[in-house]
Amino acid sequence: MTLDLPLVFALLMGAAILAYVILDGFDLGVGMLLPGADEREQNRMVNSIGPFWDANETWLVLGIGILLVAFPVAHGVVLQALYLPVVAMLVGLMLRGVAFEFRLKAEGWHRELWNWLFWFGSFLASLAQGIMLGRYITGFEPGFGYLFFALVVGAALCGGYVLLGATWLILKTEGALQRKAVAWARWGLLWVALGVALVSLATPFVSQTVREKWFDFPATLWLMLLPAASVAAGLRLWVVAGRLGRGEPAREWAPFAHAVAIFALAFLGLAYSLFPYVVIDRLSIWDAAAHPSSLTVVLWGAAIVLPFIIGYSALSYRIFRGKARETLYE
Amino acid sequence: MDETLILARAQFGLNIAFHILFPSLTIGLAWILVFFRLQYARTGDAAWLATFKLWTKVFALSFAMGVVTGIVMSFQFGTNWPGFMTKVGNIAGPLLAYEVLTAFFLEATFLGVMLFGMNRVPAWLHILATVLVAAGTSLSAFWILALNSWMQTPTGHIVADGTLIAGDWLRVIFNPSFPFRLAHMMLASFLTASFVVAGLSAWRLLKAPKDAAARRTLRAGALLAALLAPLQIFVGDLHGLNTLEHQPAKIAAVEAIWKTGNGVPLVLFAIPNEEQKRNDFAIQVPRLASYILKHDFDAELQGLDAFGASTPPVAPVFFAFRLMVGMGAAMLALAWLGAWLTRAGRPAPRWLLWVFSAFTFSGWIATLAGWIVTEIGRQPWLVTGVLRTEDAVGRISGAQLGASLTAYGITYAVMFVAYMVVLTHLAGKGAGAAEPHPQQGFVRGAA
Repeated sequence: MTLDLPLVFALLMGAAILAYVILDGFDLGVGMLLPGADEREQNRMVNSIGPFWDANETWLVLGIGILLVAFPVAHGVVLQALYLPVVAMLVGLMLRGVAFEFRLKAEGWHRELWNWLFWFGSFLASLAQGIMLGRYITGFEPGFGYLFFALVVGAALCGGYVLLGATWLILKTEGALQRKAVAWARWGLLWVALGVALVSLATPFVSQTVREKWFDFPATLWLMLLPAASVAAGLRLWVVAGRLGRGEPAREWAPFAHAVAIFALAFLGLAYSLFPYVVIDRLSIWDAAAHPSSLTVVLWGAAIVLPFIIGYSALSYRIFRGKARETLYE
Repeated sequence: MDETLILARAQFGLNIAFHILFPSLTIGLAWILVFFRLQYARTGDAAWLATFKLWTKVFALSFAMGVVTGIVMSFQFGTNWPGFMTKVGNIAGPLLAYEVLTAFFLEATFLGVMLFGMNRVPAWLHILATVLVAAGTSLSAFWILALNSWMQTPTGHIVADGTLIAGDWLRVIFNPSFPFRLAHMMLASFLTASFVVAGLSAWRLLKAPKDAAARRTLRAGALLAALLAPLQIFVGDLHGLNTLEHQPAKIAAVEAIWKTGNGVPLVLFAIPNEEQKRNDFAIQVPRLASYILKHDFDAELQGLDAFGASTPPVAPVFFAFRLMVGMGAAMLALAWLGAWLTRAGRPAPRWLLWVFSAFTFSGWIATLAGWIVTEIGRQPWLVTGVLRTEDAVGRISGAQLGASLTAYGITYAVMFVAYMVVLTHLAGKGAGAAEPHPQQGFVRGAA
C-alpha cells in the first residue's frame, strides 16, 4: 500500500491551520479586548499571552509553509488572489508583534500609542484573516455580493477570536478582570452564533459545490450532528461562564475548552465543504501536489520533529500555568 | 509586466533588506547571551545577571522585529515570485519547511522560557532554554543559507517535466558555495552583535563613566570583534575565490572587469560606465587583480564580455563590494584599537567611546553591502543557470504592488524609528537600571 501523500499533507496543513487559528486566535482576541480594560488590567492581559504569542504565530508559518511545500501551484494562486488582505494581515501582525515589546518599554503617550497599535494590529489581522477565508470559500469570485460576504466572515471571525481571547482570560485572570472577561465571552458568543449561522446559511447559496455536499440525503442527517454539537457547546459555554460570573464554583478552563470545540467543529464543517479542493472548483489536492520526492522528505522531517514541538510547547504552557501577573520580566 | 517586475523586486528587496538586519544581530547575540548567562551561573554575581537581563531585552526586541518581518517573507515567495515555487518549489519548499520545523518553533517557544521563566524553572532549564534559543537561531541560518547558496550554485537536482526535483539532498544542501556562505554569514552576525554590544555599552559609558557592567560589556564586545574580524577577512577571501570558480560573472562585476584578458589590473576606484562598457575615472594597480584572484600576475581573467547578456549590473555590485571591504577594514582597526586601549582594566578614553557609539551598527552596513554584492551579483538569474528573475515574477498589478509597497514602507519606518528610540533608551539606562528589584536577582529558580 502506498501512502496518499497529498491527502496526508492536506490533513497536516489543516491541523497546522486549526492550531494557528485557536492559538493565535486567543492572542488576537486578547489584543482586541485591550480597550475595554484599565492600564493595570491591560498589563495582566498582555502578560497572559506574552510567553506564547511568538510560538503561536509560528503555526501560521508552518501552515503557509505546508501550502508552499505540498501544493506549490495553489500557493501561488491563493496568495496572488488574496494579495491585499494578505498585506493587511501582515501589517497587522507586524504592528501587534512589535507592540508587545514597545508598549513595555515606552512611556507616556508613546505607551498609549503602542497600546492603540496593539489593538489595531490585532483587529486588522483578524479582520483580514476572516476576509481571506470568505474570499477563499467563494473561489475568489468578483462582485459586490461576494465582497460583502467576505466582510461578514471577517466580522464573524473577529467575534470568534474575541470569544477565544475572553475565555482564555477567564482561565488566566481573577477578580474584577475575570468578571469582565465573562461578560466579553458572552458577547463574543452571541456574535459568533450570529456569524456562524449567517455564514453557514449563506455558503450553500454562494457555492454550488458546497450546496451539493451538504444537501445530499441521507448524509445530510449525519452532517447535522456538527451544527447540533456546536449549539450544545455554545449553550454549555454560556451557562458555565454565567456561573463563573456570579462567583459560583465552576471549572475555569471549561469556557475556553468549549470555545475551542466550537472552532474545531466549524473547521471540520469547512474542511468537509471544501474537500478535496485546495482552490475550490479549480484545483484538487492531487492536481496541485508537489513531486512525491519532496513530499516524502518533508514528511519524514515532520514525523520526527512534530512530536518534539508538541512536547516542548506543552512544557511551555505548563511552566506558565496559573494566573497572569502584572509584572512581566521577573 | 516590466513595471510589475521592478515593483516586485523593489518590494522584496525592501523587505529582505529590512528583515536581514535583525537576524544578523540576533544569531550572534543569542550566543553572547549564553555567555552572560553562564558567567552568572558560574559566579553568582548579580552584575552578570543584570547584564544578561539588559541584553535579553535588546534581544527580545530585535527578535520580535525579525519574526514579524520574516513572516512577511514567507508570504512574498508566493505573492511576488510564484514562478520560483512552480519551478524549484520541490527543492526550496522542503528546505524552508525544515527551517520552520527545526528552528522556528524551537527558538520561539524557548524564548518565552528564557525571557519570562527565570523564576519559574530550575536554573539548569533556564540555561538550557537560553542555549536552545541560540541553537534555534543558528539552525535557522543553516537552512536559509543552504537554500540561498543552492540558488547561487545549484547542485544535486534533476529536471523532471520542466520542474526541478532533488536527486541527492546532501548535494543540494552542501552545494559548493554553502560552507563559505554559512561561515561568512555566521561571522558577520557575531561581528554585528559584538559591535552592537560594544557600541551601546560605549553609549552608556558616555553618560555614566563608572558603570562597571557597561565597561565589562564594552571590553567583551571589542575583544570578540578583535578576534573575529581577521578571521572574517580570511573566510571572505575564500568565499570570493569560491565565487570566482562557480559564478565568474559576479566576480567580473565586483572587480569591474569588462574585457577578458591577461594581467588584469585591480580597480581600486572607478565609475563603471554600463553603456560604453568601460570604467571612467579609474584608479587601478596593474596586474594585481590577476594576482589576487589567480595568484599569478599574468593569469587570464574572464571579463563581463565572456557572459553575453547574462551579466549583473556592474555599478551596485562594484560599489557595494568596496563599501563592505572598507567597513570591514575599519571595524578591524577599531576592534584592535579598542581591545588594546582597554587592556588590563584601563578605562576607555572618551573619544574612543564616541567612535564605538558611531560604529554601533557598522555590522549592519557591512552585512547589507555584502548581500547586495551576492544577490545583485547573481542577476539576471534567480537560480543560477536555471531560472531568470523575470520569469518568476507574478501577475499582481502595478497598482496593488505600489499600494502594498507604500503600506510596508510606512510600517517599516514606524517600526524602525521605534526600535531605535527604545534601543538607545535601554542602552542609556544601562544594566543597573534595568533591574528594578535587584533582590529578586538572587532567586535562582524553584530548584
